[in-house]
Amino acid sequence: MATNEARSTGMVMTDLTVHTEPRTPVAPGSVAMETENMSSFYGKFRAVKDVNLQFHDRQITALIGPSGCGKSTLLRALNRMNDLVPSARVEGEVRFHGQNIYDEAVDPVELRRRVGMVFQKPNPFPKTIYQNVAWGAKINGFAGVMDELVEHSLRQAALWDEVKDKLNESGYSLSGGQQQRLCIARAIAVKPEIILMDEPTSALDPVATLRIEELIQELKVSYTIIIVTHNMQQAARASDHTVFLNMDRDRAGYVVEAGTTGTLFTKPAKVETEDYITGRFG
Amino acid sequence: MTVSLRKKRRPGEAVIRGFLFIAAALSILTTVGIVFELGKEALLFFRTEEASMAEFLSSTHWQPAILDFGIWPLVLATLTTSVMAMIVALPVGLATAIFLSEYATPRVRGLMKPILEVLAGIPTVVYGYFALTFMTPLLRSIFGVSLVEIFNTASAGIVVGILIIPLVSSMSEDALHAVPLSLREASYGVGATKLETSLRVVLPAALSGITAAFVVSISRAIGETMVVAIAAGAGPKNFTFGEDSLFGYILNPFVAGETMTGHIVRISGGDLSYNSIDYNSIFAIGLALFVITLLLNVVSRRFVARFREVYE
Amino acid sequence: MSDPVEARGSGATDLFAGDTSTRRRRRGVIVKFGLLTALMVAVAALVTLIITILNSSFGLVAVESSRPPSELVAGLGYPPDTDLEDLTKQELVLLLGREISTNLGRRFEREQRFFDDRLVFEDPNVLNDLCMSGETPAACWLPARSRDDVQALVVERVVEPTIVGTWSFLQSTFNRGEIRAQTAVDHPEAELVFRSWLSWDFVTSPQSPVPDTAGIRTALLGSLWVVLITLVFSFPIGVGAAIYLEEYARENRLNSIIQTNINNLAGVPSIIYGMLGLAIFVRTMEVFTSGSFLSGGGGTTANGRTIVSAGLTLGLLILPLIIINAQEAIRAVPGSLRQAGMALGSTKWQTVRAHVLPNALPGILTGTILAVARALGETAPLVVVGASTFITIDPEGPFSKFTVLPIQIYQWTSRPQDEFRNIAAAAILVLLVLLLTLNTAAVLLRNRYSRRA
Repeated sequence: MATNEARSTGMVMTDLTVHTEPRTPVAPGSVAMETENMSSFYGKFRAVKDVNLQFHDRQITALIGPSGCGKSTLLRALNRMNDLVPSARVEGEVRFHGQNIYDEAVDPVELRRRVGMVFQKPNPFPKTIYQNVAWGAKINGFAGVMDELVEHSLRQAALWDEVKDKLNESGYSLSGGQQQRLCIARAIAVKPEIILMDEPTSALDPVATLRIEELIQELKVSYTIIIVTHNMQQAARASDHTVFLNMDRDRAGYVVEAGTTGTLFTKPAKVETEDYITGRFG
Repeated sequence: MTVSLRKKRRPGEAVIRGFLFIAAALSILTTVGIVFELGKEALLFFRTEEASMAEFLSSTHWQPAILDFGIWPLVLATLTTSVMAMIVALPVGLATAIFLSEYATPRVRGLMKPILEVLAGIPTVVYGYFALTFMTPLLRSIFGVSLVEIFNTASAGIVVGILIIPLVSSMSEDALHAVPLSLREASYGVGATKLETSLRVVLPAALSGITAAFVVSISRAIGETMVVAIAAGAGPKNFTFGEDSLFGYILNPFVAGETMTGHIVRISGGDLSYNSIDYNSIFAIGLALFVITLLLNVVSRRFVARFREVYE
Repeated sequence: MSDPVEARGSGATDLFAGDTSTRRRRRGVIVKFGLLTALMVAVAALVTLIITILNSSFGLVAVESSRPPSELVAGLGYPPDTDLEDLTKQELVLLLGREISTNLGRRFEREQRFFDDRLVFEDPNVLNDLCMSGETPAACWLPARSRDDVQALVVERVVEPTIVGTWSFLQSTFNRGEIRAQTAVDHPEAELVFRSWLSWDFVTSPQSPVPDTAGIRTALLGSLWVVLITLVFSFPIGVGAAIYLEEYARENRLNSIIQTNINNLAGVPSIIYGMLGLAIFVRTMEVFTSGSFLSGGGGTTANGRTIVSAGLTLGLLILPLIIINAQEAIRAVPGSLRQAGMALGSTKWQTVRAHVLPNALPGILTGTILAVARALGETAPLVVVGASTFITIDPEGPFSKFTVLPIQIYQWTSRPQDEFRNIAAAAILVLLVLLLTLNTAAVLLRNRYSRRA
């Protein structure tokens, strides 16, 4: 209904309640975001070069590769988080809904609302659990019932049952794994289309890691997920597509190979990939 | 589905950013104000018939009543108090810093740091009181009432030194702390004692930081006002080379003398009309003071930058 | 003395022969004590300073009175060592009636009656007529004077004490006999009393040319007003500037100039700020700072030498301190919070307001308190801006003439009479207590914050 209204007035759909129903406009498997000849620089140093990738809607894409190969840099280029680094700069295009996100006219704030991020170390705000989830929606002008949104987001993040009785306690009172799920709940409370995850389990113990991995599988129904991982088992187990990056002699990262996870891990096209996944290097 | 990422107009953000920028830029305005006002009044002063830049920079007499405007008597008193202050503050401050940084146990440090902070937090007018009611009588009882005048630059200088000790020690300690542990370990590794490590390895390594502390302290001593206004003297110490004895009078710290800052305070504390030569003259002194302290601070910053470069 | 290690030593170790190690160690101990001595010099300076001030704040005074209280109480039939404090109000009024002229008594009674139910000096009919007429004296509506009020009148008008000699606390304690003998010779009429110059009366009385009755009320109120203006001006601007420099400023030439400039301003002598204040606030902006833009020109006597000029001058003075401290506090907020905020699609200001500022606030407040403490103790710039040298009226607002506590201390210290040194010391104690309170608040805030983090 809200969708129709937004269309009929020719307005942009920003009503956050829209996505609580399954999204339909883009068919699963179609492209949610793509890069074209994208390079990312820090000052004069080119950290990632000539990336041409397509990320599929409501699927999980894993970025793997040796440390320092630019996985995180690539990820942060996708929602312009690298804008926060003064010397950072991107060349080429990153397209989201057909628009180059590095276009002058694009508002990075609007972009980040639709392309959320979960970080390597859990970083809840030093506020209550409730406020952690509600804040993003509030500043984005959420007009619905906040309690419902908070509950819904926490349920989606598989955290509701553990925190429903202590919503007014500090986010820091939770364990590391719970904090990370709180950060995921916080990210989905603003109803993004894509969630970028930067090694979200690297600071967690194996049990907490498992829960997050299961959660990611569940989230894929509603969200496109792009995840950086240094753990090949994680990529093989949990993703639909895998991108393997490596470092060139000039220390710039580049994409060696991309494809469905099954193919990449069983029949890699490049020797480099095979060497990496069989542990012969890195 | 069409999704627009087009830039939203956010006038609030721009207004806030604008306010924040203006707040930051206000500091530039302050500096411009200082330079402009001091410069303008000083220029008016040098333009008058009674005064000239040449006289200002060369004469050893400052007697506004007979239109003598030579800055040297004031500079001389400022130098005397500052040198006295440095004689007290440098050794005590540096030794304190070395002790706290290299020798003191955490408990002693925890006890001494607040004491130094209290010393640094006492208003200068209180130090002025201290100079007049304690230091001066002390000096007079040691060196004799006939030798030490009631107002004298020595007493003021020593007390300025005391009030600068915390500045010297905290900046020097920072410099000593910045010296990496590995350097100390290397020194111990070749069998050096703690003393040798502190004085021959750590101290030279922290030298530029310590120099910065010294230079800032000199600047602080030159700009210090209340102690000298209260205890150093209430009139310029005019002198003539050849006539006045060099050690008995000109360089004698036990004689009263008025510093640049002390003179500004005394003149502006009275009734001062805006277009008088007195009003203009204190701005000329103020300009000299500003330029000297600014140069010292810039030099000090250079030294700090140098030791940061090496160790950070 | 056969050291087994020495004995086994090969030729190589012998190259290091000689008893250097003990000598080196001994030198180490000596230097360590030297360093410790330096530290003790600093401590001794602080202790001496505090003792000096306490020493002058309390001590014996020799008071000469035109009618000693002992005589007065004797006149009422009490033993001579009876204190005025022990007399009743009736007795005090009786004393007053004996010692002052009826005319003076009438004047006091018209200002305020001695008793509600009767008149002592004034004719009831006269007072009634006065109350009916246009110029009603205060006595018509005020309640009667209190006992303490009457006693104060007796002291002021009858006893008329003047201080003819004062001694420090240490002198008073150790040389009491000598002082007594000396006073007996120099001022045979005088009475020796132990006096605390710091008293509640001292804090609440206005300025006075007589040290005996002078107080710091005017200066204390002036200090509070000035610091209030300083804070209102410099806190928002200082924090704003810090936010700009830490969160918004890109690395370009302009911003690096702003930063360098702020660092340099922190080192400018305070008296230069006083001259800036004199030229800008007092002189150029006189219309505003004198308040005459409100009253339509004229009327005020203060010209630009007002509380608002002083407050703004000190505001500029502590601005760099507030900015630098606030920058440090903001820098200490972890970047992960900013990233988390931005990743949710918040604008820069939304992130700063919701996450950066609340977390930096304790640090910002600590820095601000310390800066305010600095402003509270500043003297030189306010002398230049034009603090009033003698003023007994409480400041009424930002456009009043002013004096502040440090200025009062400065003026009293510069007087030649010993009594002024005593009240200067007492005023210093008040100032130090204020500063100590502020510093303690800052330290508590800092500790509480660092424990939580």
